[in-house]
Amino acid sequence: MSFLKSGFLLFLVLFSASESIAEEDKVEKLNEEFTEALLLRPLPDRKVLAHFHFQSSAPPTRTYGRHHYIFPKSIYQLVHKFQVREMELSFTQGRWNYERWGGFDPISNSNAKPPGVELWADFDVPQDQVDDSWKNLTHALSGLFCASINFLEHSTSYSAPQWSFRSFSGKLRYGMLPREAVCTENLTPWLKLLPCRDKAGLSSLMDRPSIYKGYYHSQRLHLKSDEFDTSKMSTGIVLEQTLTVVLQPNTFSGKISQPSWSLSSLFGRKVSGKCSLSNSSNVYVQFERSIVSEENELRKKHEASKNDIFIHDGSQSNPLFELSLPPIRVIKEVENLQKKGSILYEFPVEDYDESEPFDLELRWKVPVVWSCEQAPLRASRFLLGSGNERGAIAISMKSTRSNNVERVGSDEKECWLKVGIFQVVPWYVKVYYHTLELFLDGEPQSTMNIIEKIRVSPSEDKVSPGVMEIDLRLPCCVKTAALTLEFDKGFLHIDEYPSDANQGFDIPSAVVHFADFLSNMSFDDNLSTKVPILSKLQEKTPVLSYTEVLLVPLTTPDFSMPYNVITITCTIFALYFGSLLNALRRRVGEEERLLRGKAAKKTGPLTLMLSKLFSKLRGKPWEPSKTPSSSSPKSSINYKLVAKVALVAAIAAAWQYYFQ
Amino acid sequence: MEEENKIGSQIKKLGFWKWAVASIIFRLVLSYFSENLNLSTRPEVSTPLTSLRRLAEGYWLKQLSMSPYSGSMYHGSPLLLSVLGPLTVKNIIVEYQLFGYSLVSVIADFISAVLIRATGRSLVAAHGHNLKSLGLDKLFKDIVEILPSGDIAGLVYLWNPFTIVSSIGFNTSPIENLFVIVSLYGASAGLIPLAAFGWVMASHLFLYPLVLFIPVIFLLGYGLDGPPRKLFVQSILRGEERPADHVELNSLTNKPIKTTFSWRRVILFFLWTSIWISYVLVLCAIFMREYGGLGEMFKRTYGFVLSVEDLSPNIGVLWYFFAEVFDFFRNFFLIVFHVNILFMILPLAIRLNHRPCFLVFVYLAISSMLKSYPSVGDSALYLSLLVLFLNELAEMQFSFFLFCGYVGVSLLSPVMHNIWIWRGTGNANFYFATAMAYACFQIILVVESVSAMLNYDRKIKKLCNIPKV
Repeated sequence: MSFLKSGFLLFLVLFSASESIAEEDKVEKLNEEFTEALLLRPLPDRKVLAHFHFQSSAPPTRTYGRHHYIFPKSIYQLVHKFQVREMELSFTQGRWNYERWGGFDPISNSNAKPPGVELWADFDVPQDQVDDSWKNLTHALSGLFCASINFLEHSTSYSAPQWSFRSFSGKLRYGMLPREAVCTENLTPWLKLLPCRDKAGLSSLMDRPSIYKGYYHSQRLHLKSDEFDTSKMSTGIVLEQTLTVVLQPNTFSGKISQPSWSLSSLFGRKVSGKCSLSNSSNVYVQFERSIVSEENELRKKHEASKNDIFIHDGSQSNPLFELSLPPIRVIKEVENLQKKGSILYEFPVEDYDESEPFDLELRWKVPVVWSCEQAPLRASRFLLGSGNERGAIAISMKSTRSNNVERVGSDEKECWLKVGIFQVVPWYVKVYYHTLELFLDGEPQSTMNIIEKIRVSPSEDKVSPGVMEIDLRLPCCVKTAALTLEFDKGFLHIDEYPSDANQGFDIPSAVVHFADFLSNMSFDDNLSTKVPILSKLQEKTPVLSYTEVLLVPLTTPDFSMPYNVITITCTIFALYFGSLLNALRRRVGEEERLLRGKAAKKTGPLTLMLSKLFSKLRGKPWEPSKTPSSSSPKSSINYKLVAKVALVAAIAAAWQYYFQ
Repeated sequence: MEEENKIGSQIKKLGFWKWAVASIIFRLVLSYFSENLNLSTRPEVSTPLTSLRRLAEGYWLKQLSMSPYSGSMYHGSPLLLSVLGPLTVKNIIVEYQLFGYSLVSVIADFISAVLIRATGRSLVAAHGHNLKSLGLDKLFKDIVEILPSGDIAGLVYLWNPFTIVSSIGFNTSPIENLFVIVSLYGASAGLIPLAAFGWVMASHLFLYPLVLFIPVIFLLGYGLDGPPRKLFVQSILRGEERPADHVELNSLTNKPIKTTFSWRRVILFFLWTSIWISYVLVLCAIFMREYGGLGEMFKRTYGFVLSVEDLSPNIGVLWYFFAEVFDFFRNFFLIVFHVNILFMILPLAIRLNHRPCFLVFVYLAISSMLKSYPSVGDSALYLSLLVLFLNELAEMQFSFFLFCGYVGVSLLSPVMHNIWIWRGTGNANFYFATAMAYACFQIILVVESVSAMLNYDRKIKKLCNIPKV
């Protein structure tokens, strides 16, 4: 027995040693890489999705050193300075239309982003330094991308989700700027990170007017590094840059049919060869599974007439559409029982140059109608109530058709749909979390039955935002689910309002994710793992969607009034203090006695003045004393006054002189 | 004469109970419709400190084993949370969920009214007694009869619209008022432990009743309100000179008027206060053991009150001031405004030390005017205390003007709030103007009542001195 054991151990040791040797070989082979790809996909609502994907990778510093010839230095320094393990920054304009453009495929999962700027980062530093790293990172990125990302520095604007977002723990920070405008000034620094910028390769398609006139524009930067891992499996830093745009082809092609388009009609430019530094440079055209199934049906119809379909699986013979160039490869998604796979046509750009630029054209032959795959529930968020005092946030989720597919453990009786919601609310929207109510198909439900897990960190005034993470367990048959939370609107100091205070304040998008659902494309082709975009598509990504940004109008004070308010309020306080003190101080009897005593004496100018003052304080009209010469005291008073003023002036002058 | 008075007071007593029961029924009926009245969200009624909704949020957080003070929602005492918290839990079976709490506040109001009445009765008795001992009772009876101000004050407390609104508006100010009145009653009846308990609880829950320390000590040391003590000394001297003048005076001198400060009761009060304080603090410490200790509690409750963090509108003037004032002056003005309450304590205490109950009224009025989150519940308290001094303040000026002012402000304030917040047709200045008008009326009320009281003392002094001169 012991022999067997020791033999087994020996074997294990040997095995692991050999593996590590193999691993090291692999590591040594690693080199800097850059790949570029463009994925085009027609969308059901006569639009086209263009997804640029650039990936640069740097091998770990331990084996490769710190000098790179492709990988951007600024990013390398960023990673090392702030010990970033993973980071994602996206600039988005427009809203991803989940109903029409799909909400279930890998592209929409990772590229449908909330409007404005979204940044999250996972750090590899001790817990107490995470916030400092985050602050420094926001400032660095703000400088790098010419955006006001530094506003995420304040603790009121970022949060630390525990489990609902990315399922990391502790060192992840998440922040959103919903109102950040995205423009070319953000794109230019982003392009600077590419080795060829937009001078050559696929990025030369990025004609500014054409990519910014689209319906959706999202520029994303995803960074992953395991530089700081001690294990030998380190792969270095991988920088993934994507630009996703949804464009409307402006070629006119009837009302029913899909518009035909070409690269030049979409972007106004053509690709003149690849970026010479890139390892691969491909253009893909993707057709979704519902088109594919329709195509198959068409084929069956025409099978009798067209026998050569199966011989050339190319574009020319396709009954639905026609591609101007022959694809080098057709990649089919593995089909399983429930779903038809989509098809990707691959076109390499390498063989084209200035004289003969690459220009792909898609022409539809037959009018086609299809729809995209949807996430199991379509989430949207809105405000309830009116007025500027209070309101309620409602998140409603409507079931889509694809609810019942691909469920884990599809037993009809015990069928549950797990939905996670992650919502960050700024502090001036004071949410009452105890008012959380849940409605299934319009019926109020007890929260205990449906909420599986909840974590709330309520907002603190001027310190931190309110974070709510909820895991719901809904029955599969549910049609609609709604969740409401009441809130009070806060009142801010005048300095805290932005310059356009009456526009309202934005509540960042909530993230709704479906933990049971993972979307990926699985290709049967082994080659495809080598191309980053394809391996990216094959990765299993959790299905998630972002809700709308909410605009909450807050009451404003009168911005022109600070001085008036200060003076008037202080006057009231002075009135209170003075009149109460006067009421307390008054001693009528003694005053009268004093006056009587004074009147008995000879009335000098000073006593006259005093008596005048006393009588004024008493509120009685001053009766001039019996002395006939009423003009002389007046002049003497004036004389006294002048003398006093002169005295004060002299003191002031002496003071001034002394201090100089 | 005595018989008639007795009958009259009996009739009035019956009247009191009838009206008290009527007011309770009225409250219960109104609280049945409280969902429609929606008073709990009115800024005039519930402040960030007293709102029951915030208490419910704190309780909910506590149920999730989080600190009730995490998040800037709840700022009350942990004791209140553990007592009232279970009443706020949403119950699906009972449709009308907050009934329990409205019952509590109605009971609190009723007890307060009864205690006010008891205090008022002893005040009236002391009033008559004092006059008799000064030999002025005959003089005064010719002018006015002594009103049963205790009954009236109790009924004013029960039927004041401010009290009714705050009692059905789901906030904790009825409880605050109850503790203040308990302390006042305990001090005036000589129940030292009760006085200490009321004072400690009121100041623990709402901080501002701290200033009542001085009047409570005066009450215990010198006894109930009366004319200046100097006059008694004089009259006793005079009485010794001419014993034959008043037959009754002799009988009264058997029970001498207290003119010396009784240190024994004050020391007892101190003792009881320290006992209650340590008790409350130990309870709070036990509650806050897992949530950051007592320091956190002080920061979240008293710190919140003193630093005026919440700028949501209320009927005070501080919210708008601190929303507008420049940041670098903020601390300065915070100090100035809070010191304004403290500044007046000493002059008032010197001038009115023979009238501790009236001093309680003045301090409450001042603090409800200058406090950071005032509500109409505070006004309800001091207005009914004002009624206790009906006999003394009969010659107060501007009373009709003040009455109209209070009515006008309480009508205008909701209108302005509606115009500003809900319709958006007006701006913040509209509402702030009513808040300022309200502050002005309160100032006039305080100043006029203080000067009327001083004038009354002067009058008594003059009347005492007449035979001498």
